[in-house]
Amino acid sequence: MMASSYNAKEEDGHHSGSVGPGGAGAVKSRKPDNTAFKQQRLPAWQPILTAGTVLPAFFVIGLIFIPIGIGLFVTSNNIKEFEIDYTGMDPDSPCNMCINSTTPCRCSIPFTLEQPFENNVFMYYGLSNFYQNHRRYVKSRDDSQLNGDKSSLLYPSKECEPYRTRNGLPVAPCGAIANSLFNDTLELIYYYPNKSSMSIPLVKTGIAWWTDTHVKFRNPGGNNNLTAAFKGTTKPENWQNPVYELDPTNPENNGFVNEDFIVWMRTAALPTFRKLYRIIQKKKDNLTPTLPPGNYTLEITYNYPVISFDGHKRMILSTISWMGGKNPFLGIAYITVGSVCFFLGVVLLIIHHKFGNRNNNADIPN
Amino acid sequence: MDFSALRNLISRYCAGEENWVDSRTVYIGHKEPPPGAEAYIPQRFPDNRIVSSKYTFWNFVPKNLFEQFRRIANFYFLIIFLVQLIIDTPTSPITSGLPLFFVITVTAIKQGYEDWLRHKADNSINQCPVHIIQHGKVVRKQSRKLRVGDVVRVKEDETFPCDLILLSSSRDDGTCFVTTASLDGESSHKTYYAVQDTKAFNTEEEVDTLHATIECEQPQPDLYKFVGRINIYLDRDEPIARPLGSENLLLRGATLKNTECIYAVAIYTGMETKMALNYQSKSQKRSAVEKSMNAYLIVYLCILISKALINTVLKYVWQADPNRDEPWYNEKTETERQRHILIRAFTDFLAFMVLFNYIIPVSMYVTVEMQKFLGSYFITWDDEMFDEELGEGALVNTSDLNEELGQVEYVFTDKTGTLTENNMEFIECCVDGHVYVPHAICNGQIMPGAASMDMIDSSPGPGGREHEELFFRALCLCHTVQVKEEETVDGIKRGIHQGKATSVYISSSPDEVALVEGMKRLGFTYLRLKDSHMEIQNRDDEIERFELLEVLNFDSVRRRMSVIVKSSTGEYYLFCKGADSAVFPRVISGKVEQVRARVEHNAVEGLRTLCVAYKKLSPAEYEEVCHQLSSAKLALQDREKKLAEAYDSIERDFILLGATAVEDRLQDKAADTIESLHKAGMKVWVLTGDKMETAAATCYASKLFRRNTQILELTTKRTEEQNLHDVLFDLSRTVLRQHGSMTRETLSGLSNEYHDYGLIIDGATLSAVLKPSQEGSGGNYKEIFLEICRNCSAVLCCRMAPLQKAQIVKLIKASKEHPITLAIGDGANDVSMILEAHVGIGIMGKEGRQAARNSDYAIPKFKHLKKMLLVHGHYYYIRISELVQYFFYKNVCFIFPQFLYQFFCGFSQQPLYDTAYLTLYNISFTSLPILLYSLMEQHINMDILKRDPSLYRDIAKNSLLRWPIFIYWTFLGVFDAVVFFFGAFFLFDNTTFTSNGQLMTTNTQMMFGNWTFGTLVFTVLVFTVTLKLALDTHYWTWINHFVIWGSLLFYIIFSLLWGGIIWPFLNYQRMYYVFMQMLSSGPAWLSIILLVVVSLLPDVVKKVLCRALWPTTTERIQRRKANMNFERVVTFSHDSLLDGVQSTSQA
Repeated sequence: MMASSYNAKEEDGHHSGSVGPGGAGAVKSRKPDNTAFKQQRLPAWQPILTAGTVLPAFFVIGLIFIPIGIGLFVTSNNIKEFEIDYTGMDPDSPCNMCINSTTPCRCSIPFTLEQPFENNVFMYYGLSNFYQNHRRYVKSRDDSQLNGDKSSLLYPSKECEPYRTRNGLPVAPCGAIANSLFNDTLELIYYYPNKSSMSIPLVKTGIAWWTDTHVKFRNPGGNNNLTAAFKGTTKPENWQNPVYELDPTNPENNGFVNEDFIVWMRTAALPTFRKLYRIIQKKKDNLTPTLPPGNYTLEITYNYPVISFDGHKRMILSTISWMGGKNPFLGIAYITVGSVCFFLGVVLLIIHHKFGNRNNNADIPN
Repeated sequence: MDFSALRNLISRYCAGEENWVDSRTVYIGHKEPPPGAEAYIPQRFPDNRIVSSKYTFWNFVPKNLFEQFRRIANFYFLIIFLVQLIIDTPTSPITSGLPLFFVITVTAIKQGYEDWLRHKADNSINQCPVHIIQHGKVVRKQSRKLRVGDVVRVKEDETFPCDLILLSSSRDDGTCFVTTASLDGESSHKTYYAVQDTKAFNTEEEVDTLHATIECEQPQPDLYKFVGRINIYLDRDEPIARPLGSENLLLRGATLKNTECIYAVAIYTGMETKMALNYQSKSQKRSAVEKSMNAYLIVYLCILISKALINTVLKYVWQADPNRDEPWYNEKTETERQRHILIRAFTDFLAFMVLFNYIIPVSMYVTVEMQKFLGSYFITWDDEMFDEELGEGALVNTSDLNEELGQVEYVFTDKTGTLTENNMEFIECCVDGHVYVPHAICNGQIMPGAASMDMIDSSPGPGGREHEELFFRALCLCHTVQVKEEETVDGIKRGIHQGKATSVYISSSPDEVALVEGMKRLGFTYLRLKDSHMEIQNRDDEIERFELLEVLNFDSVRRRMSVIVKSSTGEYYLFCKGADSAVFPRVISGKVEQVRARVEHNAVEGLRTLCVAYKKLSPAEYEEVCHQLSSAKLALQDREKKLAEAYDSIERDFILLGATAVEDRLQDKAADTIESLHKAGMKVWVLTGDKMETAAATCYASKLFRRNTQILELTTKRTEEQNLHDVLFDLSRTVLRQHGSMTRETLSGLSNEYHDYGLIIDGATLSAVLKPSQEGSGGNYKEIFLEICRNCSAVLCCRMAPLQKAQIVKLIKASKEHPITLAIGDGANDVSMILEAHVGIGIMGKEGRQAARNSDYAIPKFKHLKKMLLVHGHYYYIRISELVQYFFYKNVCFIFPQFLYQFFCGFSQQPLYDTAYLTLYNISFTSLPILLYSLMEQHINMDILKRDPSLYRDIAKNSLLRWPIFIYWTFLGVFDAVVFFFGAFFLFDNTTFTSNGQLMTTNTQMMFGNWTFGTLVFTVLVFTVTLKLALDTHYWTWINHFVIWGSLLFYIIFSLLWGGIIWPFLNYQRMYYVFMQMLSSGPAWLSIILLVVVSLLPDVVKKVLCRALWPTTTERIQRRKANMNFERVVTFSHDSLLDGVQSTSQA
């Protein structure tokens, strides 16, 4: 791959191991030790980057990257994704009426899937223009509290200000992130061709990192009797229910270990983001697709206000592959870089033939 | 340096008014002078404690901190740290506090340790016992309790505890012998004289009876100057006053030799001794690299400030909409809201500064310092620069200048002892034009023969005979050589005494030894100096005795010395020997013409010549001379001047006897070295005190001037004929015309007839050139002179005074190109130029250690300069320039994504990376590979560097740290940063960049947050930056492999560990499992690989293209070497390699 010359000049039995100066001993005798290290004559591999040597590398990179890119691109294209913006900015949108409603408001958006969604289907909610990565926001949490620390539960960190206490009681969970927990409820209803409808079962668990639900987030005093454990605290201002009643259907999914909550607490990197909401598990029989093509309705309990900051809300359905979700960028990037390398390889080949020989033969140092 | 000087000054002025007087009075044995005597103001003197340590136990912490924070980089980080403590900043104070603490602690420990060593050394000195005479008894005391005025007894081989005036010695003649090896490195024995009136005191009781005061000047650092006066009160009222000179002053640090014991009185103690005063550190020299580094730093500081400003402004523009400033989900606290907008803006600005402050690589200073310190060991370790004879290798006194060795443009070298061996050999002498050559020497043995001399010329007549004898006697008498009995000598043997191998000659001047030895070969043996009588064994084996009356010592201004002796027949003679120019004008008779011809002939041969003259003195004249000398010696003020005047009036009206010639052979490989330096594009100047002809001959021998070199002379001889103005213009016209035609020839491709010039200038003309003339054209002379010099490949300056040497160096240094200068010399007279030049190199020579001590680097021989510059200098320059550029590059890569991220997080100063990464990036993830690179890199084999000096031109003029290259690196950094950031951005932005969790065994698809984003960018960053260095490394030893791959591995292990545990002492757990989750995602791996490749691609392409299209000499050599090795592998013959190499060096 590279022009290399291995020059082992002298056999050097012992490298003086230390990089630093072990010079104290040398001073005494004054005569420097004749080790290869001290004489800067350690045997070394001396590669040089020249057109001739880099050429094969470029071709190899090109040859490896282009197939990977094509593979990625094809895989990404095979992933089915469906997205609905349900913010309701458009006056015709069914959710338009909920924009200014202060009470919980329900709206439903019908949609049609043209293609079947196989295997497990992942349902996301997406927000845009929502700065979850704002510094004041990111740090407005108390990880000790979330880890079940009792003293932090009652005396939350100062970082939580101004969402630290309410009415003289400590907020659990404290902080801006928790306070702004996404609280729209999304449901999917499938209309069979015979007009009968079925609510699609949505799985609420398994959407957060395993380590988060089991190690990083813990309820104070274990999962038993959460009401007592959270005694002396109050719910965040914007919440409808206290933290121990987040999931009325599954008592294991309450308190700080509620997975919707944990997903929300992992702050997004960019102002436009999507977060995993539910998983639609594939059918047991494996014969019918998870989401067959046909008509659906998205039932929304519209609570979360985004209009004030020009935000948008979306619902996304997606299948996944070995490389994650739909991701055309990576495939295209690989193809591009691979082609560029290949092209450069050709250019270098020309240069190598035109100039390489000239330089090799006629370079007399002046 | 400044600080200690200031402290001295302050302590001096604060000590009391009495110290304002410029002389001090010492009461010997603390006895008050009799009341009738002059009233002296009592003075306070310091005790004899030597304090070389900087700190005490108590003030170490505050003082050391103060010293450290005076460094700009430390101070900058302190400010950042304080800002982080005070305001609400995005990164915790630990991120800058920890590195700062680390740097400060390491430095403090190092300095503390050094100071502890100094304390120990001080204590051992201060507590060593001294013997003091008190009330006629010897009392043991600790050295530090010694006070001015104490009478001290010193025995043989003891070291003087302070500066002493010799009162009496156990030797009958009141002399004692001393070596000053630890002061100036001269191992020869010097003679010191007791005060005439006290030299009879031989017992403690006798010494105690002495009642005297000493008046002397206040302490001053010049080792060889001292003026004082002793007033001895006997019974009479009128005290006897005697002059005291440096011959009476025994210096602290010197050792008593060959003398049983002496009594002396302390006059300067403790920090006021001449040794302590000389113990000041030299002024700091800064290398050109450091200057570029500082320039870059300023650029980066501007970038930093403008980044912070831009972000602050944009933040407020963006926040103009209250829903952005304070959306419902992210409200401010009440106090924040009430803060004034200006305060908020200012805090934001500071917060941005803190966020981006890593762009100023503070760790660079630490790394550079470590690189210099550790790197300099390679110089001291170098086997090729080890001299078996001396038993010493190269010494590094300042490691700050390693890279400057690769930038030298002008080399100023001394001649004697530097180019030449300074091993004198008597060649011939010439009496009245008759030449005497000692017998040919075979293996150091003189051929047997009664006459043991060989006359080339015809035998002299009877008058000549008389002159001949006088000449030989003159040479036997006019010197300061001592004779050492063989068994007592432990120093270097300088003489070879063949007949009776019992004694050797020792002198501070090797010329004198050579002369006296030459005389011995010609039949006149100097035996010894006994009771002020010099004994000579003449050719008839008779012993002649001459009473030595006066010695008019040699000095470099007069350039001659004289002795006045009284022969056994009662005649007074004054013998003088000196440089021809110093003697000829003072001669009134003798065969001047013949001698002058011979002297010039010898000088052209490269021999050192001395002229010998004499005059007879009548007793009356002698009285007059005595009077003149003693009155001059007694003077307290301007003694030097008065002595010079006295010498001038005494040393005149000589009768010329003859001349001697002594050869000083060229050092081993001096010519080869000079040739290499020339090829490397350096201009070599020889600055010497020798006469022009001698120096020119040496220059020819050392190939400084070649046969085709056209010599331009700018000497007194020429300026006598023409005036200086015309000569200068003449020369410059010659040079410039040639220059002009040369460029034309180059254009027409006929430049083969390259003509180079050599300039010879002497000291007198030089001072005329440099003297600002009244007509206001002096500046012009200087310019013209510089112009001429610039076009000469070699310049020889002869007849130079030490200070003139420094002047020349200064002149070149200040010329408009500001070239880097190097001065090399071996003697005390070279110290000024060594200190003046950018790089000062001392040769551990025979003329003492002074040059080596004051130099930045000391080498045993001139030939070692070649390796020092061409190999070490080249390597260090390449290494440090890469180090500097790389450091800026890696910090741009590091911080620029953070800057870009601000555009996507509402300018909220949210850091992209976790605190641990911010802190450890420069400290551990990316620090060792570059440090190791900067210690080990060898882009070209050192044998090739030595063989092909023209490679040195490739790095001339700071070529690797020029602005275009710096800008290239910075842009590369920006490009890489953009790739990292937007690569990760696109993966996160429009797709679900997720882990499918297959590797985590749960079948879920999980979201990544902002910390994963940062970790992804950071991982790409660490890999790219390390691999970039790997691509630049041309010399992969196992250590490089170990460190580069090791530091990547360390990063991974650290990240796994950092994210693998809930750290109990942290109040946030944001990194928990982030790294593992990232690695469990296939796309993350794929994108890391992709982004690393994309970031490295442009640099690789640029390198390959430049190498193919516009290769530098270095690159060609590398290429050919690779090919050659290939060839070697193919043909499997060693010869082809050698042939190839030879053709290389020939071409």
